[in-house]
Amino acid sequence: MIAALIARVAQFVCGPASVWHCDPHGPRQRIYFANHASHLDFVVLWSALPPARRRLARPVAGRDYWERSALRRFFARRVFRAVLVDRNTDPRIDRAAAAAASVEFMVGEMGQEFSLIVFPEGTRNATGAIGPFKSGLFHVARARPDVELIPVYLHNLNRILPRGESLPVPMLSRVVFGAPLERIPGETKDAFLSRARDAVLALKGES
Amino acid sequence: MIPWRETPLATLVGGVVALLLVASLVGWILHRRASSPGARATVDNINARIRAWWGMAALFVVSLMVGAAGSVLLFGFVSLLALREFVTLAPTRSADHRTLFWSFFVITPIQYFLVWYGWYGLFSILIPVYAFILLSVRTAITGDTERFLERSASVQWGLMVCVYFVSHVPALLFLQIPGSTTYGPQLMFFLVVVVQLSDVLQFVWGKSVGRRRIAPSLSPNKTWEGFLGGVACATLIGTALWWATPFTPLVAAGMSLVVTLMGFAGGLIMSAIKRDRGVKDYGSLIGGHGGVLDRIDSLCFSAPVFFHLTRYFYGA
Repeated sequence: MIAALIARVAQFVCGPASVWHCDPHGPRQRIYFANHASHLDFVVLWSALPPARRRLARPVAGRDYWERSALRRFFARRVFRAVLVDRNTDPRIDRAAAAAASVEFMVGEMGQEFSLIVFPEGTRNATGAIGPFKSGLFHVARARPDVELIPVYLHNLNRILPRGESLPVPMLSRVVFGAPLERIPGETKDAFLSRARDAVLALKGES
Repeated sequence: MIPWRETPLATLVGGVVALLLVASLVGWILHRRASSPGARATVDNINARIRAWWGMAALFVVSLMVGAAGSVLLFGFVSLLALREFVTLAPTRSADHRTLFWSFFVITPIQYFLVWYGWYGLFSILIPVYAFILLSVRTAITGDTERFLERSASVQWGLMVCVYFVSHVPALLFLQIPGSTTYGPQLMFFLVVVVQLSDVLQFVWGKSVGRRRIAPSLSPNKTWEGFLGGVACATLIGTALWWATPFTPLVAAGMSLVVTLMGFAGGLIMSAIKRDRGVKDYGSLIGGHGGVLDRIDSLCFSAPVFFHLTRYFYGA
């Protein structure tokens, strides 16, 4: 109920128009991956989904940030049922092993029912440009070849609530869902990640 | 509450309902007769517009019935929605964030509070003077000087068009006009009905007999035939409503002509901004019409002129 209320408020403040280049009600599990510039990104993307799909879509977020206070923990765990992953900032940990554990955790949380919403840049980008993608998307995609990979471009949210600001300014945003990313067997990690990033960027010019 | 029985409002509202019923009937007949896909699309758009008109008319009448506070709230809300659409197209940068926040959540509420409070002196200069200074200096403090003039000017423009101009509509309720009746609600009704009917009639005339375009690069739908036919008909209707206002028939005709011309100017000006920004509509909130700003562009520019003419010639 709180989630539905938040979706309503987000729709009011951001007045999002959504554009679909794929079936909004597609029956398969999906990974939506999008550019990241604002705290509103997840909520707006999520509220642009059809209500029945919303219940099955879980955001992937950084554990360090979302467990810092009781309120954040409440929103992340109870309201949005976020999949909280470690961002491996501690230099003492074996990064490869930690990354593998994160991927395994994400795949486990998806199960046979949930879709994921991920922001592969890993952090909010202050300039509105799209940074390089982190490798998690590649590994999860490889572990689950059956899920659809949907690129999403979020317009204007960096203007509504930029990084470092706590109060939003109402503006009209637009959520553009692209066609599923094609799977190319045997593709290298770097090639895949840059192709995925290009797929998001290509939606920038779409209206 | 407004004393309905003592004012001509009930008759005016009845007239609007009758007009909408006729429009819906015509829309239904057109729907039955449309055969080609092109005609069908046009008719579907017309019917969506008529449905939206029912909604907008209902909101307007309900706010009038609630009284002055209802109208102030309605137009304050309309201002916020319009400003939101305007700012979306404005070339602002992240340094303008606080300035924009002030525009939405401080300046706009104060402007409408001043309408409600009836403080004409401050109402008429808050945005042109004080907001101008305050917001420009707020942006300057951020130190981001890139395209500073363009950014501050576009925020100021947004406030002038979407907030300052629009707030003159409910301000009509607080005009002191000597006489036995209160004219506020009727004046508001007169302005809104004449301006919006002028838009509709220009659309109808343009669609049916329009040939010579006024400004092809700006708006392909604006034709001389539509403009002259729409303005003439709306002026006639405005003249016929003289009995509800403090005006004589001749003055009502003059006022109608002025507000329809200002409305036309507003439509052109707001279209120029849209063309520059490469969009067709400001938004998509009102089915068939586009955004709020697409619907009220004519009202924005006619309201302050109507307000000041009435105040100058009839005010106490």
